[in-house]
Amino acid sequence: MTELEKKRSAAPVPSEWTYAPAPEARDIVSLEERYGLFVGGEFVEPRSGEYFPTIDPSNEEPLAEVAQAGPEDVSAAVASAREAFENGWSGLAPAERAKYLFRIARILQERSREFAVLESLNGGKPIRESRDVDLPLAAAHFFYYAGWADKLEYAFPNRRPRPLGVAGQIIPWNFPLLMLAWKIAPALAAGNTVVLKPAETTPLSALLFCDVLRQAELPHGVVNLVTGDGRTGAELVKHEGVDKIAFTGSTEVGKAIQRELAGTGRRLTLELGGKAANIVFDDAPLDQAIEGIVNGIYFNQGHVCCAGSRLFVQESIYEPVVSKLKRRLQTLRVGDPLDKNTDVGAINSKQQLTKIEELVAAGEAEGAEIYQPPCRLPERGYWFAPTVFTNVAQSYRIAQEEIFGPVLSVLTFRTPDEAVEKANNTPYGLSAGVWTDKGSRILAMASRLRAGVIWANTFNRFDPSSPFGGYKESGFGREGGLHGLEPYLDFDGKADSFGG
Amino acid sequence: MADVARLEVKKTYKLFIGGDFPRSESGRTYLAQGQNMARGSRKDLRDAVRVARSAQSKWAALTAYNRGQILYRIAEMMEARRVEFAELCSGEAEVERSIDRWVWYAGWADKLAQVLGSANPVSGPYFNFTIPEPTGVVGILAPDQPALEGLISRLAPAIVGGNAAVVVASEEAPLAAIELAEVFATSDVPGGVVNIVTGRRAELAPWLAAHMDVNALDVSGLDGEAAELERAAADNVKRIVRGQLDGQSAWEIAPFLELKTVWHPIGW
Repeated sequence: MTELEKKRSAAPVPSEWTYAPAPEARDIVSLEERYGLFVGGEFVEPRSGEYFPTIDPSNEEPLAEVAQAGPEDVSAAVASAREAFENGWSGLAPAERAKYLFRIARILQERSREFAVLESLNGGKPIRESRDVDLPLAAAHFFYYAGWADKLEYAFPNRRPRPLGVAGQIIPWNFPLLMLAWKIAPALAAGNTVVLKPAETTPLSALLFCDVLRQAELPHGVVNLVTGDGRTGAELVKHEGVDKIAFTGSTEVGKAIQRELAGTGRRLTLELGGKAANIVFDDAPLDQAIEGIVNGIYFNQGHVCCAGSRLFVQESIYEPVVSKLKRRLQTLRVGDPLDKNTDVGAINSKQQLTKIEELVAAGEAEGAEIYQPPCRLPERGYWFAPTVFTNVAQSYRIAQEEIFGPVLSVLTFRTPDEAVEKANNTPYGLSAGVWTDKGSRILAMASRLRAGVIWANTFNRFDPSSPFGGYKESGFGREGGLHGLEPYLDFDGKADSFGG
Repeated sequence: MADVARLEVKKTYKLFIGGDFPRSESGRTYLAQGQNMARGSRKDLRDAVRVARSAQSKWAALTAYNRGQILYRIAEMMEARRVEFAELCSGEAEVERSIDRWVWYAGWADKLAQVLGSANPVSGPYFNFTIPEPTGVVGILAPDQPALEGLISRLAPAIVGGNAAVVVASEEAPLAAIELAEVFATSDVPGGVVNIVTGRRAELAPWLAAHMDVNALDVSGLDGEAAELERAAADNVKRIVRGQLDGQSAWEIAPFLELKTVWHPIGW
């Protein structure tokens, strides 16, 4: 028995604050037994003939079988996207293109409960989050970019924006539908067609999205979906019929993609890993900061590339912050993702759970002090209790590597300079948080932190109008906002900006 | 005695690193344009990256107005050396275009944020804006032709937004680059903001491409394909920049910039 397991089994069952179960009904979702690939506007059998099961990570029950797209399948999808681009979509009046996207946004709003339940079933995230964050934002993203479709000349005056052609898009499993929206909405608004590969473990909301496309009467082939594991993604990346690759995922895979595309001149945007600093000064409103810290790292089980996984606390308030944080952790409800009172759901996959466990074990071995609130985790499924490490040195793996789980490392600082230096001491640069009551300090910190998104006195906020993306090894190119259109456009033969 | 013709005082061409003109630490030279040029080593290149990194944050911390004036000062200093520059490139017309290019980019320093940034109307009580910031240290593989205009067309957009640059000069036509270094040294450009290494490109470029403390690699100057260099550049997710050698545009500046988005709640 590891130290961690001992602590877990010794945890008392919290009895003084029980909640009645409040499960969201799951019968709103009806699943096929088996899904093919979505190519040319219809589901087709994979030429590979291969399928694999996709499960509910909260209980390991299989939900459906999905296709493993092989090289021929990827080629067919790319050919379908090419044909749709050339025979219709790129020539369609931009205002009409906009209306398709508005339709998609509306249908997502109408069917949001269904999607939210499915997202929690297949991904393990709390229904509260899929209902209140993933779905509204996904719909808003389509609505936002819909409006740009016929206004590109205003976004890029004197640059004569034109679509690129076929965009190959590869998305992660942490926000399956939202990442789909981040990818597809700007690509279509700019006049491109798409081949999208959902993550291996979370394909179902993307497959259900194909039904939204059917309802929206989107021309066949404009959006194609190939499911599968990393091999499918690799096929898509190296396919010469793809004009642009947009990838969200790990820095390791992002580098491999950049190497693969080296010298091809094909366009690329990467949204990769992070190890965000969340910095709390001694004049910060502490209770708000605690909520921000919790939201920063335990939101979506910490499966968030911009998660505030390194907490930097000014030394003079270290004690109250850590004790308040531990107290707050005891009130987090870990369990059934479909329960409306759940705060922290299931870990997305066995593979991810193994990675989290390995890094947490490394943290203990290196000498950090672990705290986990008393909570009993379900026996089946993949679970990890919210975790705080104190006594963390900057050199520890838990302070260096992206854990992508509900694990926070607490470090301290004395001066703003020290906070900046420590916060920037990472190859990543996706996001950062600052908590202080002093306006001038917020702006000074915001300008010195090397990260693409700075949340001041808040954390993990997202909006379709707000550009998102990283510095350094967190990737290049932006998603969201006017800037998010740019990676999907060509301009008068002149250089594009901001990567992409 | 009859007049003895005065013996010309010839110039020694050296590297430009951190505002100084050192010889290559390797002690090597090679012949280009009839001159003994310093044949820089990977150690010279690493030194250049190190001083570029420490100069970059100070350069970026200057006001945009100040950076604009320094770029304008470069144009002033070049104007005074028109004759020398004309001998090192295709001629006077190229020199004039090059000087005017500095003036044009000088004017961009304090306009970038307004043209490339945005205020974002998010759905919620938050103030949200996006501003461009320098990416950091930029590696530039200078083109052979046009020897002067080509280099300036890549360098000016790289530094105007607050980046520091490490340039591998054209191997066959490096004189314009070193002449330009002498301009920088007298133009209030802080030492280390522009660094120029002469030598064999095939020897130097792979080290610049693979250097983990370089944020972007400009390959516009390469004739052939840059696949091998781009692959090496992926080791730290460098931004690969491919731009024009004879033109100017705000969109030549933007690839050297990052976008930062800042959120803050609105409330009492």
